[in-house]
Amino acid sequence: MLSVSGLTKVFDQQPVFSGFDLTVTQNRFAVLIGPSGCGKSTLFDVLTGVTGADKGRIVWQDTEVAHLGDLAAYMHQKDLLLPWFSLLENSLLPARTGGEDLPKARSRAIQLFSRLGLAGYEEHFPHQVSGGMRQRCALVRTLMFNRDLVLLDEPLSALDAITRKSLQSLLLLLQSEFDRTLVMITHDVDEALLLADDLYLLSAKPMRILEKIVLHGDKPRRFDDPELLDIKAIILEKLEGDIDNVPC
Amino acid sequence: MSRANILALAILVFLFGLWEVACRVLAIPLFILPPPSSIAATAVLQAPLILPHALTTGLEIVCGIALALAVAIPLAMGMFAWPWLEKALSPFLVASQAIPVFALAPLLVVWLGYGMAGKILMAAIIIFFPITVSLLEGFKGCDREFRVLFRLMGAGFWQTMRLLYWPWALPHFFAGLRVGVTVATIGAVIGEWVGAQRGLGFLMIQANARLKVDLVFAVILWLSCMGLLLWYGVGWLEKKSIHWKNNQQILE
Repeated sequence: MLSVSGLTKVFDQQPVFSGFDLTVTQNRFAVLIGPSGCGKSTLFDVLTGVTGADKGRIVWQDTEVAHLGDLAAYMHQKDLLLPWFSLLENSLLPARTGGEDLPKARSRAIQLFSRLGLAGYEEHFPHQVSGGMRQRCALVRTLMFNRDLVLLDEPLSALDAITRKSLQSLLLLLQSEFDRTLVMITHDVDEALLLADDLYLLSAKPMRILEKIVLHGDKPRRFDDPELLDIKAIILEKLEGDIDNVPC
Repeated sequence: MSRANILALAILVFLFGLWEVACRVLAIPLFILPPPSSIAATAVLQAPLILPHALTTGLEIVCGIALALAVAIPLAMGMFAWPWLEKALSPFLVASQAIPVFALAPLLVVWLGYGMAGKILMAAIIIFFPITVSLLEGFKGCDREFRVLFRLMGAGFWQTMRLLYWPWALPHFFAGLRVGVTVATIGAVIGEWVGAQRGLGFLMIQANARLKVDLVFAVILWLSCMGLLLWYGVGWLEKKSIHWKNNQQILE
């Protein structure tokens, strides 16, 4: 379980968030959704340790930590494969930087390659394979972090429809088959509705959680599910209402 | 052969043809402007004379580049690693560019004598700046999400440098180096003009004083060839080191 309490970050005497609380249960897909500029990126930076928090506690599996930088894996809408390394070398990067036993990591990576339909492409370079294969390779790399928590800091909305869909199903695979806990920070409502188990609505600055919505529908979900459309209307109303309240 | 190649070749033939014909028809004396044919002949026939000087100049250029790299690479990495270092040093770097470096050439002769050291230093001073700046810009151009990835992978700065920043900056580095090698040639030659005992710049000055204009031109031809050789050498090195770039456009 990930639990954040009383997290406070102040920039130029303006609190980006103060006393921010968040609890994410094991093996859930948590999506934090809020308007642009509400402080989502700052929250992500504090969680990953890019900047320090001014106050607050971050607790992961009953242990208090300074940040999640050493505990979470990272996945992005871009595959972030390095063009100068082969697919296998790319997937082995976390093992390499983490000082793991490389031959062992290698055989594990090769197993994951064949599990994800990449067998035979280990020595190919990213530019030699399709976008979908690159994403699957990025997934192997995420798994090679050996970390139960996966952070996603950008929506997939910049991707074309097909790539987006395939990445969404890979994310669900992370949760269902590899038992990861996922935390995604986004401004894309549709995406949040497709992926989330627990949806947290964020307010404008100073950022706090307006509401937690638990989604029960089985995944993969469909955009035109009437129940989802109802929830979407509620979410939009809440987010917009909150923006209207901002004094400016 | 493509249309562009044919046109380029035609322009070349036309210009040199015009030059050749003008020299012969107008009977321009050899010590004013020799025709291309006699320059080419001198460049070949005088090769035993020119070659040792060319080797000296070539060595100066290569050592100058090596010296510049030895300073520029650690400097760029240091300024990237510690932003306060960049803040402290950048005024000096910019100011150093305001000094007309060629004007230092006579001083370098006073300080370092007629040997190769002054010329190597001259070439190095001129090119270390563009290389440092292009490398630093290359490091800084690395996308945020890649940095986050390496951060979360627990990579330290120098490990990230080796695996991410350095290869990332390589195209920038080579762009700087390309500019550098061309300018390094100028630096070495000017250094030799001011005071030297051998080298192509020295040979040119000697030949010029004796009105051996065909030899002056022959040396210029040699210098141009050396410049081209360096240019293509860097290009070859770039292709070898950035193997992934050659095919990248397929997907982009």
